[in-house]
Amino acid sequence: MNVLQTILILAAAFLAVFAEAAFQLPRQCFGAQVDLLPALMIYAALNTSIVTVSLLAALGGLWFDALSANPLGISILPLFAVGFPICLRRDLILRDLPFAQVILGAAASALVPALTVLLLLTGGQQPLLGWGSFWQWLVMAAGGAVATPVIFALFDWCQHALGYQPQTETSFRPDREIRRDRKLN
Amino acid sequence: MFKRKHYFALGAVTLVTVLLLSLPSRAVSHLKLAIGGLFLPLFGAVSTARQLPVRAADTILPRSELLQEVETLQRENQRLEVQNLQTTATARENDQLRVLLGWQQQQPWKLKLASVVLRDPANWWRTIQIDLGKRDGLVENLPVLTSDGLVGRVSSVGLTRSQVVLVEDPSCRVSAQVLNPAHDLGVISPGGPLENSLVDLAYLSGNATLKPGQEVVTSGEGGIFPAGIPVGQIVDSRQAEFGLYTEARVKLSANLGALDQVWVLLNPQLN
Repeated sequence: MNVLQTILILAAAFLAVFAEAAFQLPRQCFGAQVDLLPALMIYAALNTSIVTVSLLAALGGLWFDALSANPLGISILPLFAVGFPICLRRDLILRDLPFAQVILGAAASALVPALTVLLLLTGGQQPLLGWGSFWQWLVMAAGGAVATPVIFALFDWCQHALGYQPQTETSFRPDREIRRDRKLN
Repeated sequence: MFKRKHYFALGAVTLVTVLLLSLPSRAVSHLKLAIGGLFLPLFGAVSTARQLPVRAADTILPRSELLQEVETLQRENQRLEVQNLQTTATARENDQLRVLLGWQQQQPWKLKLASVVLRDPANWWRTIQIDLGKRDGLVENLPVLTSDGLVGRVSSVGLTRSQVVLVEDPSCRVSAQVLNPAHDLGVISPGGPLENSLVDLAYLSGNATLKPGQEVVTSGEGGIFPAGIPVGQIVDSRQAEFGLYTEARVKLSANLGALDQVWVLLNPQLN
């Protein structure tokens, strides 16, 4: 399932970036576009290897920057900065709890745009910022918080549908069978 | 905590980022358009999906309604033809006067219609992508407009599509003129992240007298936009930098939040 899972995550990232550029409903309703890549990164960091996390950061960032006016490559590091520590410490995270997924999704969706803007400002760019940016930031964090459990559910379903299922274990074990037959003398 | 492959991943991602960020701007532009080209099949799928309801509606539209629409369009066409005659006569007279005064002749605008295919996914830029490119004769810095007013300028050009920076983006500065008796000049700058239709007109003279509703058009200064393209209308004004200059808010004529089709001006005649 590992390679298939990586391919699925990268395909989802590709479609997510395209959807963000093609569909404007969140921007028209809430004044900001929701970024789905941080939510995907949370899933990848909690369920896959560091290779998938790195690939998602590199390709997702490249695709995002290619459709945006961002300098090419600027979104890679913020995505990786979110995925890398979670991937390292994932044994300590209760990844199956929806609450944990929501909190991680919100934090990642808030951190990635903040780091990207910080990098842009460091690089001498002049992005469109103002008091309204705080609202956009909140919308992005809230959108990421909602999207993360949905992404977990979607990928769990995919894994269930496409991957090998673990063999079901019965309680019967021949070595522990209690023989109750009466000895015949 | 760190395994060898973690170190390797960290190093590889950092190296890729540094390499990409240090590429020359021309290479980055080409690379961006090449990567963006991966999305081309999806552009087609989305535009087809958008056209499906329109086509479905066309097939079930009653004939009487279509005939009525044709009649309305014919009437409109006749009215525009008459108006065109008058405009042609005025243009001819203008040309003659220009010859008499020794001014440069004005060429008619050569426009090309483009469809908006994508918007910038980042919230801190205001750009769109259109379905015209080098093969359609586009080059960088061509003005883009709608019938309502100015939209922006072409910022990068690929073979089949181009990126347009909108008027409300920080990297698109437009020299504009207020149509008041003093013809005050200023520079259009972005309004704010949540302002979809308002921009600021800064650096107007300190004693500029502005009234709400006054028209703002491009001044022709700056080397990109020709004079006379409508930008918007004055909403309000205030003194800035202790009265050093006046700043006004301008409501844009073109609805930049709902752009489907735009015109690219292929032969901007500059002052």
